[in-house]
Amino acid sequence: MPHVTPQQKDLPLDLVVAIGLQLIYGIAHLALISIGLAIIFGMMRVINLAHGEFLMLGGYVVVVSTNNGVNIWVAMLILAPLIVGLIGVIVERLLIRWLYGRMVDTLLATWGLSLLLIGLVTSIFGASTATTVAPPLGVLRIGAYSSSAYELFLIGVTIVLGIAIWLVLKLTKLGLVARGTMQNAEMASALGVSTSRIYMITFGLGAAVTGLAGGLLAPVTGVLPNIGATYIAKAFITVISGGASILAGTAAGSVLLGGIQGVVTFLSGPTFGEVGLLLTAIVLLRLMPRGITGRFFRKSL
Amino acid sequence: MSISRRKFIVGTSAFALASPALMGRAQGSDKIIFASILDLSGGLDIYGAPMAEATKLAIEDINAAGGLLGREVELKLYDAQSSIQLYTQYATQAAAGDRAATVHGGITSASREAIRPTLARFKTLYFYNTQYEGGVCDFNNFNTGSTPAQTVAKVVPYAMNKFGKKVYIVAADYNYGQIIAEWMQRFVKENGGETLGVEFFPLDVTNFGPTINKIQQAKPDMVLSALVGGAHVSFYRQYAAAGMNKDIPITSTTFGIGNEHKLISAEEGNGLLAAYSYFEKVDNPENKAFLERMDAKLGANRPTMNELSVRSYEGAMLWAEAVKLAGSIDHDPVWQALRSGLSYTRPSGKLTIDPQTNHVIQNVVLAELQDQEFNILESFADQPPSDTAMVCDLVADPTLSTFYFENGLAAAGIK
Repeated sequence: MPHVTPQQKDLPLDLVVAIGLQLIYGIAHLALISIGLAIIFGMMRVINLAHGEFLMLGGYVVVVSTNNGVNIWVAMLILAPLIVGLIGVIVERLLIRWLYGRMVDTLLATWGLSLLLIGLVTSIFGASTATTVAPPLGVLRIGAYSSSAYELFLIGVTIVLGIAIWLVLKLTKLGLVARGTMQNAEMASALGVSTSRIYMITFGLGAAVTGLAGGLLAPVTGVLPNIGATYIAKAFITVISGGASILAGTAAGSVLLGGIQGVVTFLSGPTFGEVGLLLTAIVLLRLMPRGITGRFFRKSL
Repeated sequence: MSISRRKFIVGTSAFALASPALMGRAQGSDKIIFASILDLSGGLDIYGAPMAEATKLAIEDINAAGGLLGREVELKLYDAQSSIQLYTQYATQAAAGDRAATVHGGITSASREAIRPTLARFKTLYFYNTQYEGGVCDFNNFNTGSTPAQTVAKVVPYAMNKFGKKVYIVAADYNYGQIIAEWMQRFVKENGGETLGVEFFPLDVTNFGPTINKIQQAKPDMVLSALVGGAHVSFYRQYAAAGMNKDIPITSTTFGIGNEHKLISAEEGNGLLAAYSYFEKVDNPENKAFLERMDAKLGANRPTMNELSVRSYEGAMLWAEAVKLAGSIDHDPVWQALRSGLSYTRPSGKLTIDPQTNHVIQNVVLAELQDQEFNILESFADQPPSDTAMVCDLVADPTLSTFYFENGLAAAGIK
């Protein structure tokens, strides 16, 4: 007869559900902050070091517009992606398009851009901006435990966002042309595709998705000019571990890293959770230098 | 654009020749140099920018009252850009290049530890005007901020009395957070309470879900927080989003000095307890005048004044008082004046320098957050820095220059 420890026997259902929900939210959170970066990296091989600042800008759009009386849902779901997407298009036209194919130069240029954006936001809004935004949707009771209903909403948004990106890539002409450009830009160009335009649209969309993520996280995080730095490392590790496929890569990277971080955090603590995430990424990239989708699900999106 | 080798050599040697001349001029000036090194950009600007404004006001006030010893005081303000390397560089520049009479500044303990030895070596009086974990015992370094035996020791029994004796501790995972958590556990135990759990968070953690579950599982009466920085603001938001702030209140000795109470909405923060040596609502005429002048200087966008910014003003004023008393700006006479039981009444109330530790005997104030403002609950006058006093005696040995709590309290011989 297997030995049953008291802990196992007493593990109540509501706790299991609450922990499970947190694990899924941890994974969704990682996917949400990474997906915009994955679009830009997967499609264009551009390493956008200003990704964290695009998230920050999304947050600022929400804080500033709600302070001026805009409805929070409008600010998060419409204004944040719209404005950050526009900024992305401008950045692509002014900065990125001159540097295609020069990975190290884009790296430096986008790093400079991140410093510029932090400086701009600090000089316009100051070192911190007061907020009135509280997490909407109230509390979710799970037996003796409680969680935020808004976290459930964020999980839903992440799934919907993934489906939407899949549909665009698979079913629209833009998606077809974009996938063609991604596979072989020269051939696509020879067949009459304006690759420059595709790159602009892709970068804009990547920025818009990032802005949406930043906006959606604004009610549950601190919004400060330099908050981007806390996201950038995790987003990069997720995307690089996932590999070149936008959706499958982000999903695989987030599930693996977010899952391990979550489990280790529950078992020991947040510090070891982060250690677990980093160790997994190091071992993974040693075994699979091209990321998970460089070896598995190679044909996926 | 390319720079030819010749142009480069000409340019750099011209600069090298010019530099001593610049230094010479600084030395020859009749002004007294007051150097301040703070982070005005980068991740720590949220703390550094208000401290710099308060320092500027102090120097303006000193000069408006006729300067010191008939000489004008000039502020050299260095932006360390949240980089430790720049702290070391600017400390050397201030001490050796500017020949500053005193250097104030440093925000994190790491920045203080980077410049403290340099300034001791140059014998340039150093003021660290930040609340910190205690334990610095340095003849040349005056620590004017509050320490755990002042704030934590007062707020823990108050909160335990109000909320209950079972406590869960969350803290930032670096030197400061670790040491504060040790003090918290100590004071919880001393007051007959029980610590159910302690968790540390790296400074870039933004998802606190697992910890919130653990707190729900442990069912404490209150949470003690020593979380630090922008990312950790997420804890308070996610805690409120899970409805926890209504069931299990939070008490903190770090919340508020980074304007955290403005970064979360009123409903998320209401009811939070905090302890510092100063809040804006401290009621005395000096504070009223101080805030009015800050308003006039910075207008509607004035940051909330907190212990760090007020103490930056007061630190400068304490030094100025000592210079007046000594009749000199030289190290030894000013040092003796500072350690002569110098006391001064300023916005936060009466401050007295304790010669045993070079720390400051000061008021401690407990406050409750309501609608993004701290309302004062209780004040304690003249609290001594008894934590540092357990290990430090500069009267017996005025050559000491160490940081005793570097490796935690046990290593310093405190049980």
